[in-house]
Amino acid sequence: MNEGLMAETYIARSTAIAARVLGGEMMIMSAADSTFFTLNEVATVIWQAADGRTPLSEIVERRICEEFEISPDVAQHDAEEFVNELSQHGILLVSDQPILDSKAGTR
Amino acid sequence: MTTPSTLESAGLHEVAVEIGGMPIVLRTGDAEFRALLEKRYAGFVRRPGAAAFALDVDVVRPDRQICEEEDLEVWNDDGLWRLERGDFQAEWDPRVGQGRLAQGVSPYAIDSVLRIVHSLIQAQAGGFLLHGASAIRNGKAFLFSGVSGAGKTTISSLIPNDGVLLTDEISYVRRDGEAYRACGTPFAGELARLGENASAPIARLFFLAKGGENRIEPLETPDALRMLLRNILFFADDPELVKMVFRSACDFLARVPAFRLTFFPDARVWELIQ
Repeated sequence: MNEGLMAETYIARSTAIAARVLGGEMMIMSAADSTFFTLNEVATVIWQAADGRTPLSEIVERRICEEFEISPDVAQHDAEEFVNELSQHGILLVSDQPILDSKAGTR
Repeated sequence: MTTPSTLESAGLHEVAVEIGGMPIVLRTGDAEFRALLEKRYAGFVRRPGAAAFALDVDVVRPDRQICEEEDLEVWNDDGLWRLERGDFQAEWDPRVGQGRLAQGVSPYAIDSVLRIVHSLIQAQAGGFLLHGASAIRNGKAFLFSGVSGAGKTTISSLIPNDGVLLTDEISYVRRDGEAYRACGTPFAGELARLGENASAPIARLFFLAKGGENRIEPLETPDALRMLLRNILFFADDPELVKMVFRSACDFLARVPAFRLTFFPDARVWELIQ
């Protein structure tokens, strides 16, 4: 578990990706290494909320725990794993400060 | 096929090879290579005219290694595509649709360069080239994709007499408004038979697997997308190209249904393909 992530983490969608909802599922491909991901419902909510300004803890609390009835500890742990994995492929940008110039929001 | 022209009297020869409705004029000063092109791409040669694309081919004699690097390398150099392999060196400028190629006398180099250039052209146009066989039957085109050994050659060899083989190796997919067309290619596989220079709207995409019985199963979209991306000809780790190919694959699967086709290698499999 990463203490930094636990404290305050901001996430933003990278512009170096291609993403599309197809057949009701969010599919993402890294333009950097062509890695391909299919996101489940929870991961899709995190992805869509990754605006660079909303802390991950707030996304988890307001979107994940409430909408999916998942306990805060489990939701936070799963969210951090998801964020770590996608950030390793350059799909999500991660910072301990708001990411204001991320160009987030591109498809 | 061609008549002597001012160009030829100046020692230049032009052969227009039209694949997927995209003619590329190949210019060479080598008469023997011109003859090789006309023979190899027989059904795809058109009278040179006002083609949008052109490639100047410098045939290096005696035949020798052109580049030190044996493996294919393709990269974008400030808007210019550079293509290199042991037997050729080329550049392609997509902004003007022109390029240059230096190669030996072997036809394999020009074959590879044409595949790459067409892939780049189609990436911008919403189409793609696919590792797969394709055929027309009853006015509809069917694609059969899969890795080596999955059955592309087998399914191609079993096409009924009323079917038209477009290719047993590399399928050419063109965007046509809100639909897609499969076009014949001269890129032959193990059948060593050129495809017909014909095209038709694509009705179905099948991913092949050999088995003990004939069975068709619909594929979930994520699985189909993953398999499709794995089989699209893709030469460069270029971010913009990755995005274009991804979008093309998604658009294609939103319009063309994809299935897994498990088949026993005899002619009855074609009874299922409609």
